[in-house]
Order: sequence, then structure tokens, then C-alpha cells
Amino acid sequence: MFETKSGVFFVAGLAFFAFAFLSNALVPHLMYRDLPEQTVAELVNGNLRYQFEDLAQRYPEPFQQVYGTPPAGDAADEWFDAKCAEALELGHDVYVGEGCWHCHSQFVRPVSNEDRRYGPVSESWEYQNELQRPVLFGTRRVGPDLCREGGRRSNDWHAVHFFKPTDLSPTSPMPQYPWLYDGASDKPNERGLALITYVQWLGSWLESYPYYEEYERLPLKDAELQAANSESGTGVAP
Amino acid sequence: MSAAISISPTAPATIDEHQLVDRPIIVAYFLAALTYMLVSLAGGFLMAFQLIQHNPLQGIELLSPGRWRMIHTNAIAYGFIANAFLGALHWAVPRLTFRPVFDRRLSWLIFGAWQVVVLSTAGGLMFGQAQALEWGETPVWIDPVAQLGLLLVAINFVAPIMRNTGPMYVTLWYFLAAFVWTFLTYAMGNFVPEYFVTGTSAGAVGGLFIHDLVGLFVTPLGWGMMYYFVPILLRKPIWSHGMSLVGFWGLAFFYPLQGIHHFLYTPIPMFLQYGAVISTIAVELVVATVIINFFGTLWGNGSAIVGNLPLRWFYTGMIYYFLTCFQCALQVTLTFQALIHFTDWVVGHAHLVMFGVFSMWLLGMMTYLFPRLLGVDWYSRKLSEWHYWLSAGGMLVMAGDLILGGLFQGWSWAALQPWEDSIAVSQPFWATRVIAGLAITGGQLAFMFNLYKTWQVSRHVRTKAAH
Ligand code: HEC
Repeated sequence: MFETKSGVFFVAGLAFFAFAFLSNALVPHLMYRDLPEQTVAELVNGNLRYQFEDLAQRYPEPFQQVYGTPPAGDAADEWFDAKCAEALELGHDVYVGEGCWHCHSQFVRPVSNEDRRYGPVSESWEYQNELQRPVLFGTRRVGPDLCREGGRRSNDWHAVHFFKPTDLSPTSPMPQYPWLYDGASDKPNERGLALITYVQWLGSWLESYPYYEEYERLPLKDAELQAANSESGTGVAP
Repeated sequence: MSAAISISPTAPATIDEHQLVDRPIIVAYFLAALTYMLVSLAGGFLMAFQLIQHNPLQGIELLSPGRWRMIHTNAIAYGFIANAFLGALHWAVPRLTFRPVFDRRLSWLIFGAWQVVVLSTAGGLMFGQAQALEWGETPVWIDPVAQLGLLLVAINFVAPIMRNTGPMYVTLWYFLAAFVWTFLTYAMGNFVPEYFVTGTSAGAVGGLFIHDLVGLFVTPLGWGMMYYFVPILLRKPIWSHGMSLVGFWGLAFFYPLQGIHHFLYTPIPMFLQYGAVISTIAVELVVATVIINFFGTLWGNGSAIVGNLPLRWFYTGMIYYFLTCFQCALQVTLTFQALIHFTDWVVGHAHLVMFGVFSMWLLGMMTYLFPRLLGVDWYSRKLSEWHYWLSAGGMLVMAGDLILGGLFQGWSWAALQPWEDSIAVSQPFWATRVIAGLAITGGQLAFMFNLYKTWQVSRHVRTKAAH
């Protein structure tokens, strides 16, 4: 068998390969078969909607050009959800096409103090959605991990950063992406708005959102905190 | 050199070497391979200059370093390595089986189809249509064409292997298995995580793909070639047949089981991660037997690597192979992973494998074959030496530099220093990498110039002979 054609073909070529595939790929698939795979529409959550509407307010003209005007009344809610899902999907495609995932990972490991830098360690259910086909774990960090990036920076920070990273981070080796804009950092185009939406989505599904390095709650009493919240009227959980 | 064909009981009495081996297609494959080598080097430089903040082509969409980083890896894997192997296979398989390939017209069809695949991959990546699979960024619409191409490759080369009766030489074990594995690996990696599974399970398949592409496509073809060329160059058989068996079957069993080691500490179940770690360490032991076998073969003829340039390329590649496998046995442990994963350590490792080992072997094969294909000796031995020393030296500097730099990056992150600090600490390493890359490029340019001159001489000789 060890030196025959059929041995090499069937045993080494087919059987060993199949054994490896079954044990390494099918086992995790079977283990997670009960975790439902979320569609892009299902991924739109309150935190993301907040950021998306913020984009609409910050960049009214580019936003209107790309998405039009929201309908009046209750229909606006559905409209924003639909457009947000659209942006999220396109943003994912831009993220993949630009190779961002070769400089940024999307998982927090339980070692090397990563939970202190980035936030809670990643779990399987977080990846169980359409935008993780194939999964965007990543294998290299030239820049920081991004899976807890949502809400950590404001939309205009991202807009300026993608346009010219060195304006915000002078030593940054991250490339410029002027083609995501119509000439200026305050005029993101369709792909630009979408990419910002995508980045704001990362981690928006977590209770700890938004996660800041060494973030500690202000030592305000609960009552004061609530009062402050209702005053600012953002309606976002503290 | 045709005397080198090993004796097989099925060997026909007389063989016309020119009918057996399709020489023009080998030249065509090698030239295509060298072209993509240049493309890959260009992509590497774009990113390397970007990292040291001196990219002169900033802000141009089609030249974005992020996109060209993917062209860099795809051009070396599918453009250089695959093309060069296909060329070398057209030399080795007919000579080992005493039979031509299945069909010569098919060979040219495959050649054309493969160039279409590689060019449209590069074009697709340039226009931002990547698929999110490392080493398989080929846009999804090309995948079926590539898959068909691999099937045709298998038919074309497996046919002569199957028609051959009698015992199969080691090389053919590796080749036969490689044709099956490459086809399966490509199908698994490009279709399963895109269409069938998602999330963490897609990660497991993706890891398997990254790994099998090196382990089940490049590695068996590479070692198969070594088992073929080294005994010819040394004019003596491989040291131990038993060790050859251990090497092949050890690789076949343990290699495919390791994919998950690319994603340690992810949410992939821990017991699967342990399995991948253990089988990785097991395969390093197997690798040691193969290395011992080849150095056993060299034993007593060590000085041959001084004068014989192809042999020197091969054995340098083997030393790098041993180093990179040793590195792998360390880095695959969870202790090392905590520190070095995500850093340039891994990038150093990847360069050592893809360039230091397999590209070096293929360049050695080209150094051996071009004079035989063109019918004249190399135009300049000196240029060939420059090619070797700049490639081997540049590679050693680049790998050492990146591996060391990776350690500093890992420590900087674990110490929770601000991100800019990890960039500042990387700068000297990134600068050194550019210099090493320039040396490697210089070597390849010397080779291409030498080749051009050699071709001129061969044309001259041919026209003279015609008169
Ligand atoms: C060459 C590698 C590289 C590429 C490619 C790259 N980045 Fe970055 N990125 C970095 C580095 C380094 C930093 C840290 C310095 C800085 O803030 O610019 C960073 C920072 C960031 C940050 C800020 C993180 C934070 O909160 O501090 C975001 C968000 C980001 N990148 C997103 C992206 C996106 C989206 C893409 C693709 C369009 C991308 N990056 C492509 C290297 C890269």
C-alpha cells in the first residue's frame, strides 16, 4: 500500500484529507449548528442605528445624495433600518476589498492583557452572521484590533482618519483612502459612509458597548447620572 | 543529462527525449513565473514603503498598499510558485514515467487558462474585489475557472503516472498526492467558508486552507522535485528509502490536521486547538527525518555545493526549511502564541517558507534547466552567483529582522503601551526589511538580465548552426 498508486491516491490523497476535514472543519460546524446565523438586516441594532442617524445629521448632503430623504412619520424607522443594513453590507465589502483585515484583526484573545486593551474576550456567537462568510478574524495587527471599535470614536473622527490617518495619528503607517470621499474629509461618498457604518457596528452588539481602554464610570450617583441622561436626550444607555 | 533518468522495468528500449519533454512550454511557464515574481516584489515594496511612511504613491486607488498586499501574496503563490512548478513538472513527470503528458494541446490550454486566472486575480484585487480568505483572495467569480484549471492539470499529469507500471519513485508519490490535494484544498477553501459555513467554523476551514495550500500543494511538489533533482545532481541514490517512506506518510497524515493552529486562542473549541498544536509538533519530527535523509545523501560529497550552483540553491532551501520548521515547533505552542501571534514574527516565518524555501528551490531548478532548455551555458557565472547570494543573504536578513521585530511588537502590546509605541519600536525593523527586499530584488534582476543575455547567445548559436 505504501508505494502503490492506489495507496497514495486513495489513502494519502483522499482518506487522510477527508479525515482532517471531518475532524477540523465539520466538528466545529456541528458544535455550533444550533447558533442561528443572523442576516445583515438582523444585525442592525440600536447602537448602530444611533451612529447611522448621526451620520445623516453630520453629513446631510452626502447622506441625502446616497440614500435620499427619509419618509415622514413612522415609516422613517423602517427606512433607516433598511438603509443601515445596506450600508453595513457595502461597508463590509469595502473593508474586505481594501484589505483592512490584513492590518487589523477582529478577535480579542484571553491572553497578553488583550481584554484590558480591547474589551471582553471574543465568543463564537458574535461571529455567527452573514458578514463572517468567510470569517474576518485576521492574522496580523499592524493597527489595533477592531472588533470592539464601535462607539469608541465618533463618526467625524473616522471620516478624518480614513481620509488621511496622519492628521490624527502623526506616525500612522495606515494608508490614505481619499477615494472614499468626494474631495474632502467632510464629504464621504457612498463607500465612505458605508465603511464608517461598518466600523461603528463592530462590537455594537455587546453590553459593554462602547468599550474604552481603562474606561471607568464617572463616580456620579445613579440619580445624577439619570438626570444627566434625560437632559441630553440622546436616549442611549450610559 | 538524460542519462539521469532512473531505471525502471517498464522503460521502453529507446526514448526520444524531445518527443517526451515539451521544452517550449517549460520556457513559457518559467518566463510567466518570473514576470509575476516582479509583480509580487512591486506589491511587497508598496506595503513596505507604506509602513515606513515613505510611500511615494499615496492616495492612488488602484495602487493602494492594502490591495497590493494581497496581490503580493497571490502573485507569488499562484503566479510565481504555481507557474514555475508547472514548468518543472513538464520536465520531471515525462522523464520519470517515460511517457509524455496526456495531451500537449491540453498543456497549452492549461497554460493559457492559468495565466487568465492569475491575471484576473491580480486585476480583481486591484479593483477591490477580494474574497475574505487569506491566500485565497481570488475574487469569487474566478474560483470556478481556477478549480477547472486544477482538474485539467491533474488529468494531464496523472495520466502518464497511471500508465506507468512497476514501482513508483518517491517523487511520484508526492506528485500524485499533490494533484489530488491541491484540487481538494482549493475547493474546500474557496467554496466552503463562502457558501456553506459561517463564523467560527468558517475560521476553522480558512485556517485549514491557509495551511493546506502550503502543506499539500507547495510542499509535496517541492519535496518531490528535491527527491528528483538532488540524486541526479549528486549522481547517487537517496540515502534511505525507509526514511523517504516515513517522510511522505508522516506528511500525508499529520500535515492536514494542523489548520487550526493559524487561529489559536480564537473561539474555535480549545480541544481542536490542542489537536492542531500536537500534530504540528509531530510533523516537525517527520520533517527532521526528511532533512536527515537529504543530508545523509549529501554526506561525503559536501563540497559539491560549492561548485554546483543548483545544488547549493536546493540545500540552502533545505536549511531554511529546517529553520522555519523549527521555528514553527516553537511558535505553535500556546506560550509563544500569546506573545508572537499578530506580529511580524509570523510575517518573517511566511517569507522564510514561501521565498526562502520554495522560491529558492524553484530558482535553483531554473538555474539548472535554462541552460538545458536553451542549449547554451549561462552567459555569466558571476551574475548567477550574485543571484544566489543576494537572494539567500537578503532572505536571511529579512526573516531574522522580522522575527526579532515581532518579539518587540508582542512585548509592547502585552505591556499595554499606547499603539504608537509599537509602531515606533517597529520602524528600524521595517526599514531593515526594505533594504533586505531591495537586495532580493537586485538578485532577481541580475538573474533576469543573465537570462536575457543567455537567450541572446543561444539565438546566435542557433543561427550560426543553421548556416
Ligand atoms: C498598513 C496597515 C493598515 C491598513 C491597510 C489599514 N490600517 Fe487601520 N490602522 C493601522 C494602524 C497602524 C493604526 C493605528 C494608528 C492610527 O490610528 O492611524 C490604524 C488605526 C485604525 C483605526 C483606529 C483604531 C483606534 O480606535 O485607535 C481604525 C478604525 C482603522 N485603522 C480602520 C481601518 C480600516 C477600515 C482600514 C481599511 C480601509 C484600515 N484601517 C486599513 C494600520 C492599517
